[in-house]
Formats: sequence, structure tokens, C-alpha cells
Amino acid sequence: MSITRRSVLISSILAATAQFGGLGLAFADTTLISVSYDPTRELYKAFNEAFIKHWKDTTGETVTIQQSHGGSGAQARAVIDGLDADVVTLALESDINAIAERTGKIKPDWRSRLPNNSAPYTSTIVFLVRKGNPKEIKDWGDLVKEGVEVITPNPKTSGGARWNYLAAWNWANTQFGGDEGKIKEFIGQLYAHVPVLDTGARGSTLTFAQKDLGDVLLAWENEAYLVLDEFGADNFDIVAPPTSILAEPPVAVVDGNVDAKGTRKVAEAYLEYLYSAEGQTLIAKNHYRPAKPELVPAQDLPKLPDIKLVTIDDPIFGGWKKAQPYHFGDGGIFDQVYQAQ
Amino acid sequence: MTASSPALRRWRFRKPSVIPGFGLTLGFSRALQLSFGASLAAAAVNVVFGTIVAWVLVRYRFPGRRIVDAMVDLPFALPTAVAGIALTTLYAPKGWIGGLLAPLGIKVAYTPLGIVIALVFIGLPFVVRTVGPVMEEIDMEVEEAAATLGASRLQTLRHVVFPMLAPAILTGFALAFARAVGEYGSVIFIAGNLPMKTEIAPLLIVIKLEEYNYEGATAIAAMMLVLSFAMLLVINLLQSWSRRRYG
Repeated sequence: MSITRRSVLISSILAATAQFGGLGLAFADTTLISVSYDPTRELYKAFNEAFIKHWKDTTGETVTIQQSHGGSGAQARAVIDGLDADVVTLALESDINAIAERTGKIKPDWRSRLPNNSAPYTSTIVFLVRKGNPKEIKDWGDLVKEGVEVITPNPKTSGGARWNYLAAWNWANTQFGGDEGKIKEFIGQLYAHVPVLDTGARGSTLTFAQKDLGDVLLAWENEAYLVLDEFGADNFDIVAPPTSILAEPPVAVVDGNVDAKGTRKVAEAYLEYLYSAEGQTLIAKNHYRPAKPELVPAQDLPKLPDIKLVTIDDPIFGGWKKAQPYHFGDGGIFDQVYQAQ
Repeated sequence: MTASSPALRRWRFRKPSVIPGFGLTLGFSRALQLSFGASLAAAAVNVVFGTIVAWVLVRYRFPGRRIVDAMVDLPFALPTAVAGIALTTLYAPKGWIGGLLAPLGIKVAYTPLGIVIALVFIGLPFVVRTVGPVMEEIDMEVEEAAATLGASRLQTLRHVVFPMLAPAILTGFALAFARAVGEYGSVIFIAGNLPMKTEIAPLLIVIKLEEYNYEGATAIAAMMLVLSFAMLLVINLLQSWSRRRYG
């Protein structure tokens, strides 16, 4: 009995080893590990297919892409902790900076290596409301009206939520002429209207669309259009506020990893292909704002609303390096707002 | 800044400034209070209802008993995130159960009550599975003997049955409690995660990691470890004491 069991065990181990050996052979062609954040699943699924075909057509080589998605910060930590990603396409510049500073695997000048601050696509924050906009939410000031419930994720855990917060801050800054006391008060009122802080943007979307909670969802523009596609355009309306923030999700090659693996050529081509006519068209089709709209055929360029957009490098924020600890760090403004309550 | 808060006055094991740089802020102690408080409450509920479930499953034969028996293990098998999402959907203000409670002014999802419910759900099998086998060992004759000697049902329960079950109940309590303190997946969806209100300690660890603050995350984890260990130690001492006394 015991002999049989042991021999079964040994043969199964042998079989497993053989299988993994086989796997190694199958991957003899170049493999690219691409690490991205949560709402880009649909975009990179389409883009990877296009790039694999492009690479085969131009070089004759077969490239396999292992795509991974998750919260932007968690993905950055995985790379810091040793995931040998070839390219990272994250939600926040500060997440790529963290990899650069903590591992040195990305050179400090990464942001200037590709056009448009290494952001092949941009997006902004819009309002998603119930059909017909029953609470008449048109601008940021309407979010703190009596009886309005706002759905947004936790800025401590979600990159998207930080953009929401900063967009609201930007509106209040103009409204109150830069009076920081009044801006903080507005931010405090805004979060007093939030019944639940999900940990990620997708979680908030489900809370709003599926659990039917809240009157308005602060969402990535592309995520708002995705909700219309997935949950039906007859249930929701997208409201574009007059002002919002320009989110520039950046991309970078992980120098340390591509040099160790010899994949630099294909990794750089992969990111450059995002700026090609085909890459930009896929970006537009997935409701992001392409960096080079002139490359996109007119019929594929969606009619995205005109919003006055402010960037993170605007003096009121002073870039991520300043804004991140000031607003979202330990004891930062977001913490103060909740401690004051 | 934080010394005047009532929450800190109630929970004064450490002031924020004692371990500088570790980010032991007010939110931290509030979250610890919530995590341990909700876990204790959930374990207490589980002890009562888990023991009742075990009693019914061991002592009674009824149609569908095997199915109920299997259902008890469901929280073991179900991915915790699935459990959390399902519970939130049920208890959200427009969910099946939440919708019934909302007109009564009872909010479950996104409140501490919701956290307790999620922890009750994941902890129940620990009590049932530790108490059940011990219950099966108890001879009916012992209870019959007590009855012939003139003991009432309550006296039999108190002086005969309970002492035999006490160590198993304590073990079940400890297991359910330990599981609840560290639980993340199922709680995070129903908790609401509002700072100072419904933020659990494991979420704070995730937040510290999100800030690349490994030291802060380690500090909270170490604090939870120490507190959990101390409480489990006390429960173990109680257990050995009850074994000596009744066993």
C-alpha cells in the first residue's frame, strides 16, 4: 500500500517536472511582463493583441505578453519586491517614482524619455449620475447639497480616488480664492456626504451601479463610459463638470529588468507602439483621451466633453512629490479632515 | 492635537508620540479598538449560536440534516472576498435583507454592525466543529442519571452538560476570535472603511503599505500580534483551568 502510494507520488512529481520543462521550451520566444493598474484591463487586452501581431509582422519574432492588473500602489510594490516586470503602466507618477527611488531599476529621467511626459493617454474625472440627474448635480459645489450621497473610493488606497479629491480641491481653490481654511471645510463637507469608501475605483463603480447606492459616482471618464456599456445607458447619465483634473497615467520601461533579461528592444517598442496610430486609436476606442488625437481616424475619436483641465504640476498642487505627502500622507489633509469630524 | 479626543481617553495604551515615526495616530487605536471589539462580539455570538447549531446537529435527526451539516462548513470553503461581496449585497440599503431593515432605521452595511455580521459568518464553523465532536462523546445516560436523581433540565444543563463542553467552547471561541481579528477579505467590502469610524486594523496595514511605509505597517502588525497573543494566552489559561476544575 505504502509503496504504491509513494510510487504514485514520485511519478506525479516527475510528471509535473516534465510539464514545467515543457513550459520552459514553449516560452523560448521573448516574453514581456507588463504590469498595469485596475481599469486598463480592456485597453491592454486589445492593445497586446495588436502589438503581438505588429511585432510578428515587422520582425518575424513571436512575443508573448504576460499582463497583470491590480491596484496601482500594490502593483508598484510587487515590482519593488522583485516581480521582474519589463514595462510598468501605472495610474500615478508617484508609483513609478517609488520603484525608481527604492530599487534604482528605473532611471530617474524616465518621464522625459517618451512624448507627453511618458503618458500615452490621459483621462479626467467626471460625474456619473442616475438617469435624468434627479438631484441636479452639475458642478463640484452641488456634491455637498443637502441629501446628496457621493460615491468615491478611499484616497489612501486608490490612485483614482486621489484624482477625485484633487479635482474637488481644484474647484474649491478657484471658488474660495485660495483660502485654504475654506477649501478644507469644503473637502470635509464633501467626505461627510460619502457613505462608503471602497478600497479601489472598480469597487466604487460596483457600489454605485450594482448596489444602487448614492446619487453620484466620481469616476474616471473611461470607467464612466464602461458603466454605460456594461450596465446600460438608460440607467445612468455622464455629467461633465466645468472644471476637472487632467490625469496622466504614465508608462516606463524597467531598465534593470530588461537589461538583465535582454528584452530592452521589444519593451521599448511596446511602449512606443502606444503612441502609434493603431495604439492611439485603441486608446480612443476605450474612452481614454489619446495623447496624439491627430493620429486617430475621425470616426474613432469619441466626442468627449470639453472640460477645463488642470494638471498635477499646476502651482496649486506643485507636482506629485509635493501633493502626495501634503494631502494623503500620514497626518496629511485627508487625515485631518476626518479627525476634525 | 489628539489628546483631547474621547476615543483616545478610552483607549490609552500608547500615546501617539511614544514611538515616534511609527505613525501611531489616533486612527490606529480606533481601528484596533474596532477590530478587537468586533472580533470579540462576533466570537461571543458564535459561541452561543454555534453551540446551539452543534447541539441540534448532534442530538436531532431530521430531514435535510446532512445538508445543514455541510452548509456549516461553507464559510471555510467560500473565498472570503466572495463572502464579503455577497453579504454586502444582501445587507446594503437596497439589498434583500438591508431593504427590510432600512425602514426600521437599522443600517447594517458600512457600519460596525456589518463588520460584526461578516465576522460571525466566517467564525461560525470554528465553534460548531470544535464543540460538535465533544458533544457526540457525551453519553445520554449521564443526563438520564441526573434526571433520575431529581435534577431539573436547567440543572442538568448547568451542572452536567456545560462543564463537559466548556473547554471545547473556549477553544471554539479562541479560534473564531483569532480568525476574526486578522480577517480582511470579507470585512473590507461591508465595512465602509470610513476613517475613525469603520476602518479595521488590517486595512490600516494595507494603507501603510500603500504609502510605502513598511515600518508603520510592521508596527501595527506587531501591535496586533502582541494583543492577539496576550488574549489567546488568557483564553488558553482559562481553558486549562476549566479542564482541571471540570475535567
